[in-house]
Formats: sequence, structure tokens, C-alpha cells
Amino acid sequence: MDLVDILIVVGRVLLVFVLLLLTTVFNVWLERKVVADMQNRVGPDRAGPWGLLQTVADGLKLFFKEQVTPAKAEYGMFALAPLLAIVPAFLMFMVVPFGQPFTIAGRLVPLQGTELNVGVLFVLAMSSLAVYAVVLAGWSSGSKYPLLGGVRATAQAISYEAAMGLAMVSVIMFASTSTVGGSLSLSDIVAGQAGTYLGFVPRWNIFPQVVAFVIFFLAIIAETNRSPFDLVEAEQELVGGFHTEYSGMRFAMYQLAEYCNIFSMSAICATLFLGGWNGPTFEGDVPTFVSAILPTVWFLIKTYAIIFSFFWIRATMPRLRYDQLMQLGWKRLIPAALVWLMVSTVAISVRQFGLPWN
Amino acid sequence: MAGLGAFLKGLRVTGKVMVDTVFGDGLVTTKYPEEFRPKPQRFHGRHVLNRYPDGMEKCIGCELCAGACPARCIYVRGLDNPPEHPVSPGERYGYVYEINMLRCIFCGLCVEACPTEAITMTHLFEMSTSNRGDAIYTRNELLMRPDGSVPHMFPEDPLAKMSELATADGWVRATAPSGVAAYEGVQAWQGTPGPASWAPEPTQEELDA
Repeated sequence: MDLVDILIVVGRVLLVFVLLLLTTVFNVWLERKVVADMQNRVGPDRAGPWGLLQTVADGLKLFFKEQVTPAKAEYGMFALAPLLAIVPAFLMFMVVPFGQPFTIAGRLVPLQGTELNVGVLFVLAMSSLAVYAVVLAGWSSGSKYPLLGGVRATAQAISYEAAMGLAMVSVIMFASTSTVGGSLSLSDIVAGQAGTYLGFVPRWNIFPQVVAFVIFFLAIIAETNRSPFDLVEAEQELVGGFHTEYSGMRFAMYQLAEYCNIFSMSAICATLFLGGWNGPTFEGDVPTFVSAILPTVWFLIKTYAIIFSFFWIRATMPRLRYDQLMQLGWKRLIPAALVWLMVSTVAISVRQFGLPWN
Repeated sequence: MAGLGAFLKGLRVTGKVMVDTVFGDGLVTTKYPEEFRPKPQRFHGRHVLNRYPDGMEKCIGCELCAGACPARCIYVRGLDNPPEHPVSPGERYGYVYEINMLRCIFCGLCVEACPTEAITMTHLFEMSTSNRGDAIYTRNELLMRPDGSVPHMFPEDPLAKMSELATADGWVRATAPSGVAAYEGVQAWQGTPGPASWAPEPTQEELDA
């Protein structure tokens, strides 16, 4: 471990950090624009070209605004909660590989924050931690609406975390038996999805694991508190839910965390099911630089396809009622995930060991 | 499963709207200060006091507009024309002419009541002020300039520069302007306020044909 190694690590972390911040700025704008287009509106178009700097302007505004603390707030927790939201949001993306590893100064540098051999577990842990921010924000605000939002967040997270975890289990089981050795590392899962079935269908996990994908997709919408599962912040009933009492930079942190979570979760979804950065690189036909950057482009295209469907669903669906949310989680998604887990277990075993009577 | 069908149906609707908005003509928004929607010809905007082509004021200070006004927002005082420098071709002219734009309901009855087509309405509607006093338009703001343009309350207002002030389309309504019976009941419209210089109207016989 010499200076170059340290510099590479710092560079990777900075790269992830900057990527997340930039995509957040872009995603907020993109969401407003997409939703506006779906409602025959123009959307933000004043700040910068096509209104791209709108988020920057909003951020600057929030930066200079007063941070109000309610009289009954539990101050320490109240100030800590936004940080609790933003740290897991950034950490979650650290384990996601977003490009082909490349060689610099004789060292192989994987394009991800950190190469973690239990990456999937880390993702699950961080997405669960993010709920604490919401719950603690709701509780420490010393106000009724945020408290209700926080309580809802707890129930929602527990319901959907289970379905999400089960969907992940089946895809990981599939991935670990279809490639060399079992692994919880996301870069191994990506590597296992290289190549094609029958010569033209990419070997993405979505094709054999489509049910798991649907369950996982629904669960990450609920996990990131997006419409139609945004009961946590439900503007019409709970004013703003857990962030009712937040203003200024603390509110901005929640927004940042929300959009970071959307990006990270979509990236993880693309990694687990859509082959991550796998894709044609046209090596030899195009300049080396282009074929080195293409995997990242594929990764971003896949991630943004999922993010776009987030926005699309948001523009389309009304919010679920609370009992509908619970029913969908406990009576539909978790049983479906369990059944699918069993089905894919049997299928994988048969493929691995042959039929039991043979 | 029925829910899934409805879900996809909903997604199709929003997707179609998005395609319409981005690639088609679905967008209904007009980016107002930069672009204006075409206004109907008889749009009831703010008033203007017209002049004859020779620069004489049309208003003769008869106060019929004030009498017709249902909102009682017009205040007129006439004064005898000075014999050596007559302001209007009539006996008197509108010495004081004020319209309180806060009370005006833009019904256009004053325009109909005016015997000399002195008061007409323009297409201008940007009349916001920062105090109530400015909402009372006096002769300064109402009387058209000698070049036929309409004065604005705040010429330095950026909005006034962006608006259609330069091409303020107004309309003049005239019934039987020449008093010829053949024109009875015929209404004529012209695009700009000011000197009545529209083409001869079709006569009743021409209209019937």
C-alpha cells in the first residue's frame, strides 16, 4: 500500500461521490421534466439550458434559508436525522460497479467505490439504515404529522424489506450457481451476466428471474418512498410527512438522500437483473477510449431506464391507501417471493444435480 | 391480474401524453412574457381615447360613457373648446377623463355609448400597479399619442417593452358611420385604434346578396 494505492482509493471514492451528486442534480430536473411532459406542461426551463440548473438554484436557495427547529423538537436527534439519511444513501452506491475495471500505473482498478465481497448484504443493510433517518426525523420533530410519517415508514420498510430480500436471495442463488462459485459481491454478479443465451439474448438475470425482478422493482419503489408508495411523506394527508418540520439545508439533505437512494437502488436493480455494465464494447472497431467508456454508458442507460419507469409510475399512479400498501406487501409480494424462491431453488437444483429419480 | 391490466392502461395514457407533449403538439402552455397567445379581435383590454387623423381629439366631453358605466368608474368633465386652439371638433372636449381600472369590469358599454368613437378598447391587459392610485388612468395614460400608439402607465416596465404595446391592436366599432340607411345594423371592425381609416363597409344590399 503506497501513495498511488491511496490516491486510487481516494479517487474512486471521490468519483462515486461526484457521480451521485451530479446525477441527483440531473435526476431532480429529469423527474420534474418527465412528469411535466406527462401532464402537458413545460416543466422547469428558466435556469440554464433547458432549465438544467434549476436544481442548483433550488439547492442554493435552500442553503441560505433558515433552519427552523420546532420548540418541542429533540434537538440532537433532529439535527442528526438528515445526516443519517444521507450517509447510507451515499454508502449504498459504493459497492456498485459502474464500469469495466481498467489498468492504471500497473494496477487493476475496478470502477466502483469499494470491492466488497458481501456487497449485496451491505446494500440491504444500508437500505434498512435509511429508514432510521425517517423514523428518527418523525419522532424527534415533536410534531404529530412527522410522527405519523415516521410510524408509517417503519411499517412500510419492514413489509417491503422482506420481499426485497427474498427477491434478492433467488437472484443471487441463481447467479451463484450459474457462474463460477457463489458470491455476494456485486462485481461477480455482473461478471456472471456476461455473454449471451443462444447467441443473441444477453445473459441477464432478468430473463430467468423475471418474477424476482418484478418483486424487487416494486419493493425498491416502496423502499425509496416513491409514489405510489409515498405514504411516508403523503403531502395531502400528512403535510410533508417526516420532513414537515425540516427546512433549509436539512430539508435539502433529505431531498438529496431521496434522489441518491433512487439512483443507487436503480443501479443495484440494473446490476442484479440487467447485467450491470455488460454490453457490446466494439473493441478494436472504435478507439480504445470509447470502448473503455462504453460499459459505463451501458450501465447508465440501464439505470436511467429504471429511473424513468420510476418517474413514469409516479406520473401515472395515485397513492395507495395504507391497508392496500400492507396487503400488497404481506399478502402478495412476500408470498410471491417465497413461492418464486422455492420454484427457482427446485429449478436450480435440477439443473445442478439432475432429477432426483435419476 | 385485472389490476395489472389497469396499471398498464394507465401507463399507456401517460406515455402517450408524454410523446404528444415532446414530439407532437400536446403542449398547451404558452410561455407568456416571451410569446403571446393570439387574442380575439374584440378582446376587451384597457381603454384608449382616440384622435382624428388630423390630431384632433374625438372626445367631446359628453359624459355618456360615464352615464353608461355600470361600475361607475369613469369620471369625465367637459370644457368649452378654446376658440383659437380647439382640442376637439365639437363644442366641448374631455378636459378631465379618468377611468378607475380597479373598478372597471371591461364590459365595453362605454365604447357602445360613445357617439364619436372616442373611447375604444385595446388588446392590452397588463395593468398591474404597485399602488391603487396608479390604477386610475387619466388623460395622460388614456389619450393616444399623435403617432397613433397607446401610452403605457409604466413605459420603463420591462413587461411593457415585451408586450404588444408597439402593435396594440384595438378595435373601433361603428354602426352606420356615414348615416346612410343602407348601412343600418352593419358593424365594422378595424385592427388598430386611432384614426378611423377603414375600408368602406359593404352595404346592406351587398350583404344580402
